[in-house]
Amino acid sequence: MNNLLSTKGMTSQSAFEILDTARELARITDGPNKKLPTLRGRTIVNLFFEDSTRTRLSFEAAAKRLSADVINFSAKGSSVSKGESLKDTAQTIEAMGIDAVVLRHPSSGAAQRLAESGWINSKVVNAGDGTHEHPTQALLDAYTIRSHFPDHDRDFSGLHVGIVGDILHSRVARSNAYLLSSLGAKVTMVAPSTLIPIGVDEWPAELSNDLDSVIGDLDAVMMLRVQSERMSDSYFPSEREYARDYGLSENRLNQMKKSAIVMHPGPMNRGLEISAAAADSERSVILEQVANGVVVRMAVLYMLLGGVPIPGAGEIV
Amino acid sequence: MKNLTLKSARLADGTVVDLKIVQGIITEISSNIKSDGDEVDLAKNLLLPGLVDLHTHLREPGKENSETVLTGSKAAVRGGYTALSAMANTSPVADSAGVVEQVQRLGKLAGLCDVFPIGAVTVGLHGEQLAELSAMAHSAANVRIFSDDGKCVSDPLLMRRALEYVKSFGGVIAQHAQEPLLTKNAQMNEGVISGKLGLTGWPAVAETSIIARDILLADQVKSRLHICHLSTRGGVEIVRWAKSQGMSVTAEVTPHHLMLTDDLVESYDPVYKVNPPLRTLDDVQALREGLADGTIDIVATDHAPHADEDKDCEWSAAAFGMIGLETALSVTATAMISTKMMDWNSLAVRMSTKPAHIGGYANHGVIAVGAHANLTAIDTEARWKVNRDESLSKSRNTPFHGQELVGKVMDTFFNGVHVLAHGSLTGNKYE
Repeated sequence: MNNLLSTKGMTSQSAFEILDTARELARITDGPNKKLPTLRGRTIVNLFFEDSTRTRLSFEAAAKRLSADVINFSAKGSSVSKGESLKDTAQTIEAMGIDAVVLRHPSSGAAQRLAESGWINSKVVNAGDGTHEHPTQALLDAYTIRSHFPDHDRDFSGLHVGIVGDILHSRVARSNAYLLSSLGAKVTMVAPSTLIPIGVDEWPAELSNDLDSVIGDLDAVMMLRVQSERMSDSYFPSEREYARDYGLSENRLNQMKKSAIVMHPGPMNRGLEISAAAADSERSVILEQVANGVVVRMAVLYMLLGGVPIPGAGEIV
Repeated sequence: MKNLTLKSARLADGTVVDLKIVQGIITEISSNIKSDGDEVDLAKNLLLPGLVDLHTHLREPGKENSETVLTGSKAAVRGGYTALSAMANTSPVADSAGVVEQVQRLGKLAGLCDVFPIGAVTVGLHGEQLAELSAMAHSAANVRIFSDDGKCVSDPLLMRRALEYVKSFGGVIAQHAQEPLLTKNAQMNEGVISGKLGLTGWPAVAETSIIARDILLADQVKSRLHICHLSTRGGVEIVRWAKSQGMSVTAEVTPHHLMLTDDLVESYDPVYKVNPPLRTLDDVQALREGLADGTIDIVATDHAPHADEDKDCEWSAAAFGMIGLETALSVTATAMISTKMMDWNSLAVRMSTKPAHIGGYANHGVIAVGAHANLTAIDTEARWKVNRDESLSKSRNTPFHGQELVGKVMDTFFNGVHVLAHGSLTGNKYE
């Protein structure tokens, strides 16, 4: 694995290799000593041009548990606000001697551009690019779903996952639609038509404007965060109307299958896309997602930087 | 100035002739003219009237690091052009007699082709208040085309006024059709690809709605409207309808919109970032058909040079635009003639005669006794590979780098001066 830019085109085999590696890393580090020596001497930079404390902390924890050194760069208060470009920033940081860049950037395609432009030689992990993709989020979501449906350990077919909310602007939705469908799951995206991209019929997913008609069939429901500025841009008339039509209310929660789980990439808007009842219910796996994020990112960094093989993880790509 | 004889020129109708040029004017066209001065053997290359571009960004004044009037003129001559129309979005904006006269003067100084300034429609291109159109029209630059290109004159009342106002001096408004409220933050064509890439889409209706509105406005006030760089099937169909109704509208298409599609954006390489955006194959087909049947009157380059730092970056930070002067003829030939949709004669009309007519450039667009010797000779069989590093433009942002094209400009004559020979600048200029 040279870079992790996208889940589009990722085969189920390589996705399961990452998930298997993550599971093995979780097993090994499930004790008082959470740290492995595998990436000692390697340096990873978290290059964040957008605020995202949770994703940054998750990558930082993952790198540190593998004993890598971590440099954090955030756009705020940096030279970026003085107009330094992504190219110059990345080259400057690479000159300090790094092995991998974890990039969060508001521009769609920034990670691909950084990886393919020849600006730097380091490996690139996409930690969210604009409204394009967020592959490690999809991988941790797949990891979480897998852990709740042991009968589908090698194949997600038969599982039905709903992704509900602002599909248009969601990198999480794109990455999950590609990854989960490639693993075999049926994916249904639920949103008002204003928040569904043009041309979405070519995505590997079903579409619905009616949450109530699909909620009872789902094995997992993934609620997307709704940004308040979407309302001022007239994507929907009011928060109240959005919550009524697309929020995971207690009532909708009760219509879900017994085995179904509730997911959210965070941070949540309680009372808007998700009710407190749903967020705090027994079905909610939202905190598990956070925990799984660390092991999945450990697996990605491990496979990228080619640490020593770990038992049970199979051939390292 | 010595007399010049051009030997063995093949005209678009297939006849091979010689031409005598005296003091920059064609004085004789016949077989076997005896030369009495300089002689250039055109070796049966196709001789066309010098190409005329109605849509060029020369960047001077203001952005001389990406292009100057001189470097743009060099690129133009290499591309077979003898007349350019310099768009108004310079810094300062060409919205006053002073700026358009300066641009015209720089063109004369370069001496390689005519540089006709286009005046801004509104002050500073802000779309709020009409610029002094009459002052520009009556200046030494003699401006006839007015455009806020890069920005749309979106206010319908202001657009109406502009259309009415230019009637008194025979002007034309060249509209960049883009409804700004429908294209807030837009990055590429809205469609399957934009959805996948997570880039804000640029819907076709943002173009078609303005085209429809302006055609109706121009008809209402009986003025002349020119639609810049059509990019959508819907736009072509509206213009076709307007012409069938006898309305006074002309339209242009760029070579890149005749050739490239939005799937190229999947690379996220900003060399493909352009305004209007690359569209779908269906749009490309409609544009080719529209150009072939005359719905689209002319090819215009929208030559838009940008310095490396404005393209060697992530997509959303990059500038819109592509250079095109040096490749326009070959790209058009590859798109239209290799596909047998058009012949060389029609190409000459679309790239020279008609644009000269729209702009009122009397010294361009015809090969005839008594006409100015603004000419270009094409090796129609040549195949060549575009190499951006050989560009005469100051900028390198061509989307055709590495692509093989058909038809190559060999010679260009500007007012009888041999400015390009065998594809290279001669160093001669018209004084």
